[in-house]
Amino acid sequence: MQAAPPVRRHWRRPDGWSVAALAAAMAVAAPLLAVLWLALFPADDIWSHLATTVLPGYVRTTLALMAGVAAATLVGGVGTAWLVTMCRFPGRRVFEWALLLPLAVPAYVVAYVYTDVLEYGGPVQGLLRELFGWSSRRDYWFPQIRSLPGAVAMLSLVLYPYVYLLARAAFVEQSVCVLEVSRTLGRGPWGSFYQVALPLARPAIVVGVSLVMMEALNDFGTVQHFAVATLTAGVYDVWMQMNSTAGAAQLSLVMLSFVLLLLGLERFARRGRRFHHTTGKWRRLPRYRLAGLRGWLAFAVCALPTVLGFVLPMVVLVKYTLAAPSAFGGRFAEYLVNSLTLSATAAILALAVGLTLAYAARLNRSRLVALAGRFSATGYALPGAVLAVGVVIPFAALDNALDHLMRQTFGISTGLLLSGTLVALTFGFVVRFLALALGSCEAGLAKVTPNMDGAARSLGLGPGRMLLRVHLPVLRASLLTAVMLVFVDGMKELPMTVLLRPFNFDTLATHVYQYAAHEQFEQAAAGALAIVVFGMLPVIVLSRTLSGARPGHDA
Amino acid sequence: MQPTLRSARAALVAAAALFTVVAADVGCAAPAPAAGEVNLYSFRQPQLIQPILDRFTAETGIKVNVVYAEKGLLERLKAEGENSPADVVLTADVGNLNDMVEAGVLQPVRSPALEANIPSQYRDPDGRWFGLTMRARVIYASRERVKPEEIARYEDLADPRFHGRICSRSGKHVYMISLIASVIANDGEAAAEQWLQGVKANLARKPQGNDRSQAKAIAEGECDVALANTYYYAAMMGNPEERGWAEAVTLVFPNQADRGAHVNVSGGAVTRAAKNRDNAVRLLEFLSGDEAQRLYAEQNHEYPVKPGVATSPQVAAWGSFKADTIQLVSVAQQRAAATRLVDRVGFDEAGGS
Repeated sequence: MQAAPPVRRHWRRPDGWSVAALAAAMAVAAPLLAVLWLALFPADDIWSHLATTVLPGYVRTTLALMAGVAAATLVGGVGTAWLVTMCRFPGRRVFEWALLLPLAVPAYVVAYVYTDVLEYGGPVQGLLRELFGWSSRRDYWFPQIRSLPGAVAMLSLVLYPYVYLLARAAFVEQSVCVLEVSRTLGRGPWGSFYQVALPLARPAIVVGVSLVMMEALNDFGTVQHFAVATLTAGVYDVWMQMNSTAGAAQLSLVMLSFVLLLLGLERFARRGRRFHHTTGKWRRLPRYRLAGLRGWLAFAVCALPTVLGFVLPMVVLVKYTLAAPSAFGGRFAEYLVNSLTLSATAAILALAVGLTLAYAARLNRSRLVALAGRFSATGYALPGAVLAVGVVIPFAALDNALDHLMRQTFGISTGLLLSGTLVALTFGFVVRFLALALGSCEAGLAKVTPNMDGAARSLGLGPGRMLLRVHLPVLRASLLTAVMLVFVDGMKELPMTVLLRPFNFDTLATHVYQYAAHEQFEQAAAGALAIVVFGMLPVIVLSRTLSGARPGHDA
Repeated sequence: MQPTLRSARAALVAAAALFTVVAADVGCAAPAPAAGEVNLYSFRQPQLIQPILDRFTAETGIKVNVVYAEKGLLERLKAEGENSPADVVLTADVGNLNDMVEAGVLQPVRSPALEANIPSQYRDPDGRWFGLTMRARVIYASRERVKPEEIARYEDLADPRFHGRICSRSGKHVYMISLIASVIANDGEAAAEQWLQGVKANLARKPQGNDRSQAKAIAEGECDVALANTYYYAAMMGNPEERGWAEAVTLVFPNQADRGAHVNVSGGAVTRAAKNRDNAVRLLEFLSGDEAQRLYAEQNHEYPVKPGVATSPQVAAWGSFKADTIQLVSVAQQRAAATRLVDRVGFDEAGGS
């Protein structure tokens, strides 16, 4: 008997990576499906009321907010990233990391601070009245800070670092040779920027801008404080006032479809074009020197967002904190430890899941895996409290089913094993922030030419070892970005923590909120300050790693 | 294929290890409900409630475990079902209590102490919820620019003489919704709609901020009248930075010649799944008792529900007032209608003059 020769199979056996990725995506998608279920099987019909009264207004406001924030962060983030990466001007080294700092400031904190500073009774208008002898509101015009443009400004100030971060990582990792070839082929500095550097960085910039838009979409603190009626504000109205979880879930789905539409549009615009670096040659970036006035102009461009988004809010926070130092007492240290532990654990888990999803999609070019990953990452665009309900439902169902089974077979009640524990809360964080980790991993992987995979595989490396030995060293900056982004956002996270937490559990964010909600901002300042300070540290680490991520970089 | 599986396994092992770390965290943080404890889901803010809960623990030795959240607790209770660890719920508004009754997550309680402490108007006839404190939603009017006889009723706010002189918080805030619901319950939906249109037409600016910011706007001359809850006035008087705002306004208790001022209650209830039922009832009895009622009055400047318990000196200085005697449940039932009304009128989209 002779063994039959091995038949070449035309279908691919599902490999370990795909299986792991699909399993992870399914787990993360469970809360989204729960929200979907709430929306599609409502207990009452509220949709027709919403659609005929407030929905068009919500949609208009939301689109305007998203478009405004996207435009501002795109210009600001990419512009400053290019300046600090490719040019030399006064203060460049400081701005490299300082431009990231607003990332650590929660949007609602900036909103509170600027309302205090800019409104009628604030110091700015007070000074103007004194200078010009105006006596009442009717004597002069001043922009309303609590307005849609105000909300766009506030959100842009704290969100542009996402674009800056990813664009800069892309610019730093690019090969100068490509740019030089472009210059020798006759493109000027602007032409090279638009036609070579920008397309190469496009995947990263798109990830950055879509993260920003999702954040703007689900922001609640700022829009509520400014009375801007976005979809998210609508979700809370419907939920709190009309007691309709279904209506809230339905509006959330409208939001989700915004995001899916957006991502689809971008894919379509790119139409399968891929841009990879074709060379691995790196050398020190020859920075373009901006002399004299142009140098100071660049300085001003970078100083503006840093001062407005970070320095000024910090000054106000420090002032308030010094006025109420007792706020550090009590269980403050415990809140801090809780925030740190929770954010760090969630960050590492989100990275593991994100990397698995991104890598499995790359390995197999599998549409299914890529789609599953993309869908499970859309939780980032949902209002946190709605997503939290989405987490409560499957966990409670699982716990209750297990309890039922155990009672039937062994006569023991296991009660709720996971609901209302840190497991459910950490899981919620991963669901909410997966987009950050997945986006960073995808953007990182996209920049690695597939030729590298081909070479590694032909030299006999399996996918796992290829990841460890080939990709991870190149991806170091992207992975660190993923962990840090989730960590910083975790420190600020509020709505999920509030609903999913165990008994007697508080974080800095919940501590800040209980005072800020009552506009007792002085009491909240110490906690807000701690969130910013501890969010700053990883941001600085992140920046240093980014600079070091460039092969051949010797500075 | 082998290396693939091995690496996938390695990834799984790593994930499992991480999960174990998290689970270990949990072990320390989640307290197992034991005898001598009671588990509380609270819609009310910690700084208002915690001192009173601490007193309860000091007196009875019963530990109170709390989850504070403003939204989603009802969904959590429903999903957790019979296994829910919560024994007691505290809310800031009668509306939430009504929602929970309708969701079937509460159980009736018969307690002579509760029934003696709380007038029947402020509790559920079947004992499924109990009001614990009261607050009135009143008119803050500028001392300088509003003559005392100029405004006496909620209905006056729609009068054209207040054109460009009214400030308001969002029409969809729970306090506004409750007030609008009470206007619907008293005057009917058509009249209420006309009224709200009129108020909107009189707004000096787009609705924004909280009750304190309305007082601030009056102090700064942006507008002359606003609606706000009573206890904010006392709270502002106690804060050096805000004292000036309070001093710029006077409190007008509306509709004293007819139905009375709109009042709302914060309240408590025992859940259907309560495992520590006795402790739960004991907590509610404590909260409706003399000592807790006095604490509520002194710290939060709310009106005690228990007759005979003194209000705080600041609150007492306003004198007594006539409260709307309508059953709170019938107001709560108009909340959805009130929200729809606010949407229809486009109250929050008012541009101001």
